[in-house]
Amino acid sequence: MITRRTLMKTAAAGLTLPVLGRGAFAAEPLKIGFVYPGPVGDYGWSWAHNKGRLAMDEALKGQVVSSYVENVKEDASAIPIIKDLAQQGNKLIFTASFGFMDQTIEAAKQLPDTKFEHCAGYKKADNVGLYNERFYQGRSVVGTIAGHMSKTGVIGYLGSFKIPEVVMGVNAFTLSAQAVNPKITTKLVMIDSWFDPAKEASAAETLANLGCDFITTHTDSPAALQVCEKRKIYGFGQGADMSRFAPHAHLTAIEDNWGPYYISRAKAMLDGTWKPDDVWMGFKEGCVEMAPYNKAMPDDVKAAADKIIAGWKDGSYDVFTGEIKDQSGAVKVPKGEHMKDADIAVMDWYVQGVQS
Amino acid sequence: MRIRLEKRLTPSRFMQVATPVASVLLTMLLGAIIFQLIGFDGPRAIYETFVTPIVAPYKWQDVLTKAAPLIIIALGLSLGNQAKIWNIGAEGQYILGAIAGAGAAYAAPGAPSLVAIPTMIAAGIVGGMVWAAAPAFLKTRFHVSEVLSTLMLVYVALQVLNYMVDVPWKDPNGHNFPQTAPLTPAQSLPRVLPGTVIPPGFVVAIAATLIFWVLTARSVYGFSVRTVGAAPDAARYGGFDASRTVWSTLMISGGMAGLAGVIEVMSQLRLINLGFPSGYGFTAIIVSFLGRLHPVGVFLAGLILAVTYVGGQVAQTVVHVPEATAGIFQATMLFFILASDILVRYRVRVIRDAPRVQPAEAVA
Amino acid sequence: MLTFIIDALVTVVGVTTPILLAATGELVVEKSGVLNLGVEGMMLVGAVTGFAVSLTYGDNLGAFAPWLGVLCAALAGAASSMLFAALVLTLGSNQVATGLALTIFGIGLSSLIGSGYVGTIIPAFDSLFPDSLAGDPMWRVVFGYSPLVYFALIMVFAVGWFLNRTRAGLILRAVGENDISAHSIGYPVIPIRYAAIAFGGAMAGIGGCYFSMVMTPMWAEQMTAGRGWIALALVVFSGWRAGRLLAGAYFFGVLMTLELYAKASGFSFLPSQFWAAMPYIMAVVVLAVISSRGVAGSEAPACLGRPFMPTN
Repeated sequence: MITRRTLMKTAAAGLTLPVLGRGAFAAEPLKIGFVYPGPVGDYGWSWAHNKGRLAMDEALKGQVVSSYVENVKEDASAIPIIKDLAQQGNKLIFTASFGFMDQTIEAAKQLPDTKFEHCAGYKKADNVGLYNERFYQGRSVVGTIAGHMSKTGVIGYLGSFKIPEVVMGVNAFTLSAQAVNPKITTKLVMIDSWFDPAKEASAAETLANLGCDFITTHTDSPAALQVCEKRKIYGFGQGADMSRFAPHAHLTAIEDNWGPYYISRAKAMLDGTWKPDDVWMGFKEGCVEMAPYNKAMPDDVKAAADKIIAGWKDGSYDVFTGEIKDQSGAVKVPKGEHMKDADIAVMDWYVQGVQS
Repeated sequence: MRIRLEKRLTPSRFMQVATPVASVLLTMLLGAIIFQLIGFDGPRAIYETFVTPIVAPYKWQDVLTKAAPLIIIALGLSLGNQAKIWNIGAEGQYILGAIAGAGAAYAAPGAPSLVAIPTMIAAGIVGGMVWAAAPAFLKTRFHVSEVLSTLMLVYVALQVLNYMVDVPWKDPNGHNFPQTAPLTPAQSLPRVLPGTVIPPGFVVAIAATLIFWVLTARSVYGFSVRTVGAAPDAARYGGFDASRTVWSTLMISGGMAGLAGVIEVMSQLRLINLGFPSGYGFTAIIVSFLGRLHPVGVFLAGLILAVTYVGGQVAQTVVHVPEATAGIFQATMLFFILASDILVRYRVRVIRDAPRVQPAEAVA
Repeated sequence: MLTFIIDALVTVVGVTTPILLAATGELVVEKSGVLNLGVEGMMLVGAVTGFAVSLTYGDNLGAFAPWLGVLCAALAGAASSMLFAALVLTLGSNQVATGLALTIFGIGLSSLIGSGYVGTIIPAFDSLFPDSLAGDPMWRVVFGYSPLVYFALIMVFAVGWFLNRTRAGLILRAVGENDISAHSIGYPVIPIRYAAIAFGGAMAGIGGCYFSMVMTPMWAEQMTAGRGWIALALVVFSGWRAGRLLAGAYFFGVLMTLELYAKASGFSFLPSQFWAAMPYIMAVVVLAVISSRGVAGSEAPACLGRPFMPTN
C-alpha cells in the first residue's frame, strides 16, 4: 500500500512538470494517456490494461511517459477527462472500454491533432483507431478443458451484459466444449454489471446449485472463483491469473496481455508511422495468453488445450467453423464455412446448448 | 459558565449566507490537512479540486455543463424540501425524462427542429413527472414514505433503461451494442451556444433559477409550500392542502429532473447508453441543501459542486488522489452546512454565573 | 430434490444475512425515533475495516483475526454513525440530508481506505463447526454457515425480546413514540438515541463486513452495491416489528435468488431486467400495503424523523 502511494507521488511529481512549463522543453519524451473504466487495482480489465501500460513504460523508458485516469464513468463526463489528458500534452490516448466510444469520437473531433485509440468499439475517425482482443480464442481453450473434465456435462458462464463481446465468448466456450462432449450444455447468467462481487458470488452459487461443475466468468472480480473453491468445482480466471484466490479451483485463466500492442503503437508514434487501424488480436499476436495450468489438470487435457492454442496461432483452428446452429435449431453457419469477422463482431444469438 | 442555545425570533440572514461559505472554506482547509497527512500533496489536491476549474478558462465549459443538470434538478427538489417532502428518487426521474424525450424523437424521426425540440423537451418533463406520480399517489393514498418509494423507483428506472437500450431501441446500426441510435441534428441541441462556452442546459438553469425565485419568494404557492413544511397544522387552518402540496412538489421536482435528463441527452452524447445515469439526481440533493433550499443559493451551490466534480478529475490526473475524493469533499461540505444549520435558527449565548447581589443594608 | 432445496436455501441465507444485520440495527434506531439513511455508507466503512484488520493481523492472530475484524467493523460502523448522531441529536440538523451525507461520505472514505487493499485476500470467515457437519451435503443447511449468520439470527430475536419484553426496550419505544412526554417523565431522550444510533451503526458495520469477509473475501469499491438501501426498505416493509423483519428479509433474499435462478434456467419469457427490478417493485408494493393499514398494521414510531428540541 505504501509502495503504491510513493509510486503515485513520484508519478505526480513527474506529471506536474509539463503542466507548469508546457512547451518549455524541447526533446520531451512522448506523452501517452490512458482512460480506464474501473480501478487499476480491480485485478481484472483495468488492471490488465495498466499492466500493459507499465510494460510499455519499461520497454520504452526515456522515450515515453504515460499517465492514466481510473474509475472514469462511461457517461458524457468522460469527454472532458479525455480532453484533459490531451491538454496535458498527451499525444496518444487509449480509451479502454466500449462505453467510451462516442465520447472518444467527440473528443477526437474537437482535438484533431491528438491521436486516439478506442478499445472494443466500432466507430472510427481520421484520428481514432480501434483495437480489441479475440478473447473468444481463450474461451475456446477453457471450453475444451471443461469439455474434457466436466463430469456433470453442465458448465456455467457468468456474463455481464448481452453484448457481442460476451455472446461470442459464450458461444466459443460452448462450441469448444461440445467438440469434446457433444452433450454438454451451458447455463448462462447475466448479472447486468461488470463488477459486483456479491452478485457474482450469488450467481456462481446458483450455477453450481444447478449442476455446473465448471464456471467461467466474464465479469471482473475473482468472486466466482472463490465460490468454485468453496464448492470444490473448477473455474477459470478472467483477465488475469487469479490462482491465488482459488488455488485448487483455478485451472487456468484468460490473460489480457496488452503490453505488446501498446509498445508497438507507441513505437509507431515515435517513428511517425501511426495510422488509425482496426485490429483484433489473439494468441497469434501474443495478446491473449493462458495462465499456467493447475497441477490438477491431467496431462491429456493439457495437451488438448495446448493443441487449441497452437491451432489458433498457425491458423489451423477456428472455433466458429460450421456447422453451427442457434438455439432454435436454425443453421447459422453452414458446414465447413468460417464465420466472417464482421459477423462475429455483431453476434447476438446463442448456439444450441446454451440455456439462457 | 454554560453555553445556552436561544431560539432566534427570525432565522439569521447573515448566518444563512455565511454558513455555506464557511462550509466550503472549512472543507478546503480540512481536506488539505488530511490529505497531506495521508501522503498526498494536500494543498495541491485542494487547489486542483476547488480553484483550477474556476481560474482555468478551458475548464469553464466543463463546469457549466456539469452545473446545469445539478441546478435544474435541485431547484425542483428544494421546493419539495421546503415542504419537508423528500424526493430521493430524482435520479430515476432524470432517467425516465431522457427516455421519454428520446421516445418522442424516435416516434417522429422526420420532424423538423422547430417541432421536434419542443416536443422532446415537453416529453422529457412529462416523463419525469410520471415517474414521480407513483410516489405521490402512494403517499397521499397509502401514506407510503416518499423517501423509500422514490428511492426504490430509481432501481426500477435503471432496469427500464437497461431494457430500452437492449431491446426496443437498440441501434440497428450499432453492432448490437446496448445503446440507442443517435439523435439527428434536428433533434439535438448544440453542445454549447455558438461563440461561447455556455451549454444550452445552463441557459435553462439560469432561466429556471429566476422562475423559481419568483415562485418561491413572491407567490402564494411558494408561501404555502413553506408553511406546509414549517407548520403543518397552521397550513391546514390556512387552507393549504397538504395532499395537494405533495402532488405539486413531487410533480415539479419530477418534471425538473426529467427536463435535466432530456436536455442532457439532446446536448451531450445525443444517445442513451448504459452509462447514462450519472448520479446527478443524488448530487442535486446535496446542492439543494448547500443552497439552503433557496433558488439563488441552489444556483451557486450547483456551480460549487460542479467545480468539485471537474476539479476532482483534474486532481486525479495531476495529484493522483483516488476518484473517491470528490465524493468525500462533497459530503464534508454537506456535513458542515448541516452542522451549521443550528446557528441560523439559534443564537449561541455564553452564560456567566451572575455575581451575587448584596442585599441593601436596611436603613434603620 | 432435497439437494436442490438445500442448495437454494444456503444461497438465500448468504444473500439475506448482511441485509438482515443492517436492518436489525436500523430497526432499533428508527424505534427510538431517528431515521438514519446512512446505512450504505456505514456498511462500506465496516466492510473495509473488517477486511483490513483481518488481513493485517491474519498472520499474528490466526483464527482470532476474523473475530477482531468483525469487532473493528462494528466499532467503525458505530464511529461513523456518531458523526450522524452528533449532527442530528446535538445540533438538530435535518435527518434525511445528514443520513445521505453519511452515505456519500462512507462510500468515499471506504474507497480511499480500501484503495491499497484491492487484489489482496483473506481466508473466508467460514463455519466453525467440524467439517463433517459443515461440509455434509445435508447438514450444511444448519451447520455450514459463517458465525455471522447465527449472530444475525440471534440478534433479531434479541432485539425483538429487548424491544417488547424489557423495561429498557419499553423506554426506547416511548422515546420514539413521544419524545416530549418521555423527556418530561425524566427519560434521557438524547443519550438513548445516541445509544440506539451507535447500535445501528455497529450492526451496519457487521453487515458490511459480511461482504468482505464471508461472501467474497476481498475488498472492492462499493461492494455493497445498494444493499444498504434494501435494508432501509426492509425496516419499513416489516412494519417496525422484529419478527416480521426476519420474514421480510428472507422474502427479499428469496426474490433476489429467484432472479438468478430464473436467469440460469433460461426463463426468458420475461426480460431479465424485469427480474432484476422485481425486488424493488415488490418493496414498493409491500410498502403500500403495510403503510395503508395505518396504526393497526404498522408500529411506526410517531416521532420518526423529527428532531428533538425540548423547549428550555
